[in-house]
Amino acid sequence: MTTEAAPLAVMIVDDEAPARRRLRELIADCAAEVALTVAGEAANGRAALEFLAEQSVDIVLLDIRMPDMDGIELARHLANFERPPAVIFTTAYDVYAIRAFEVHAIDYLLKPIRATRLREALARAHSAARPSTEALEALQPRARAYLSAPERGRVHLIPIPDVIYLKAELKYVTVRTAEREYLIEESLAALETEFGERFIRVHRNCLVAKAAIRSFEREADGGEGHWVVLLNACDEKIAVSRRQQHVIRELTG
Amino acid sequence: MASIVNQNAYASALPNFRNLGVVLRILVIVNLVAGAAAVLKSAGLADTWRALLEVSVVVQPVLILSLLVLMVASGALRRSPYYLGAAAVIAIELVVVTLVQVVGRPTIDTAAAPIERYWVLTFAMTLALLAYFDLRGRALSPALSEARLQALQARIRPHFLFNSINAVLSLVREDPRRAERALEDMADLFRVLMADNRELTPLAREVELCREYLNLEQLRLGERLQVEWHVEKMPRDALIPPLVLQPLIENAVYHGIEPRVAPGAININIYRAREQVHAVLRNPYRHDGGDHHAGNKMALANIRERLQLHFDAEASLTAKVGDSIYQVHIVIPYVTAKP
Repeated sequence: MTTEAAPLAVMIVDDEAPARRRLRELIADCAAEVALTVAGEAANGRAALEFLAEQSVDIVLLDIRMPDMDGIELARHLANFERPPAVIFTTAYDVYAIRAFEVHAIDYLLKPIRATRLREALARAHSAARPSTEALEALQPRARAYLSAPERGRVHLIPIPDVIYLKAELKYVTVRTAEREYLIEESLAALETEFGERFIRVHRNCLVAKAAIRSFEREADGGEGHWVVLLNACDEKIAVSRRQQHVIRELTG
Repeated sequence: MASIVNQNAYASALPNFRNLGVVLRILVIVNLVAGAAAVLKSAGLADTWRALLEVSVVVQPVLILSLLVLMVASGALRRSPYYLGAAAVIAIELVVVTLVQVVGRPTIDTAAAPIERYWVLTFAMTLALLAYFDLRGRALSPALSEARLQALQARIRPHFLFNSINAVLSLVREDPRRAERALEDMADLFRVLMADNRELTPLAREVELCREYLNLEQLRLGERLQVEWHVEKMPRDALIPPLVLQPLIENAVYHGIEPRVAPGAININIYRAREQVHAVLRNPYRHDGGDHHAGNKMALANIRERLQLHFDAEASLTAKVGDSIYQVHIVIPYVTAKP
């Protein structure tokens, strides 16, 4: 088996306490042959990210179906880490996910998990390639519940309902919440497809949350003047481009 | 009244005249025919209303009186051989129409036709209705509805099976006794799931099964799953198609509790009101939960069809989506096994 000096640090993420206990027992069984320690546990994706912001681990055993933030969304946020841990998905029954795992060669374990299968998966996980963002996107057809912004070695989670607008600037997108701004490395077009129901495009470079819009106002600029969006939670004004002026009619009816 | 459905050949039988569905069908069909007769009789469209009134004066008393007599005689009629019963129904109808004509003619002064005409019309209508119910009986014959019931048998989610086995495995080392109990619950549950579930079962048994199911879910979900039972007024002996409540509770756990981080309560309220048994299930609900509604709709349609096969129009299932609560309300007639 592996001959590394430090034991592999494993984190268990599952919303069911008995499932976590079972994995702990199995990892203890495997520890005789593979040097392992359980570094932490979490009951959902968000709690796991909070833990991982403080402490890094080598491998995350990740349940798929969890409340608040499911396993696949968590894996997508983990991909933003500087040194992302290896991910092994666990599931009791999920035909759709299993087919996708097979297609993208992502490692998974079926619950109830056998000790031998777990040992094999742990032994090869550390050196295995991390699942690509594209593969994870394909696995999760639903919109994410959070955006994640890496910042000085940490990852901030931004709940989608908190987002006021998304603005493309050079190679980044600025995410504005009531408190502050974050930078994320995603394309505005992809964000528009994913969250199209919640946001509306008012300008070539800007998506505004429909719920955050207070009103529209015409601003004089010497010439004909142009429309701007006034927001509920912050004082900034967002310009509406001439091409997108039809959204004013759509929203104000 | 549990239907015994073992013979394969269909034997003609009179409908149960005490069943609401049967009564409604008779009312609708006879009134449609009466309406058609009125349209034929009337000279123009303006005249139709008067003609309808005239026909009704003759038809409605006969119809209502017949239904009352048939309701009373239903038991005796259904016990006798089919052709004898059918002949008795025709005889009853002829007597009723004669009575109405003899007693009623002096009080309702309409253009009276000779009584023979009413005899012929009544005979024809009765025969047509009997033929209709016989055909309907054949269409829904045990062989057929048995096949449908078989196809509709509830299937438990594989998700639940594997997660439960996993939960039991987690108990084996730490709390072997609790693991034993969990396996016993599981055995009971699967015995019923794999049994032939075409015959009705006492309500108390179904509730017991739901409790065993919820014990297993509790094992997995811990305090996230809270259950509030209100079954003090439940008629324990009422008969119900098996696995009607359990799949609904399973849906409540899957869609109402599992997607939540915070604990949530499933509220189960079963009671009897007059001759009906009501079961009301409530669970917390979130509007944005997206992807699972199709599965839930299918489960409801399945249960609705099974209720209909057993109780016809006398049973109902309604689902209501509130702001944060999802509610399913089942009503079935209060039926018990014969002592």
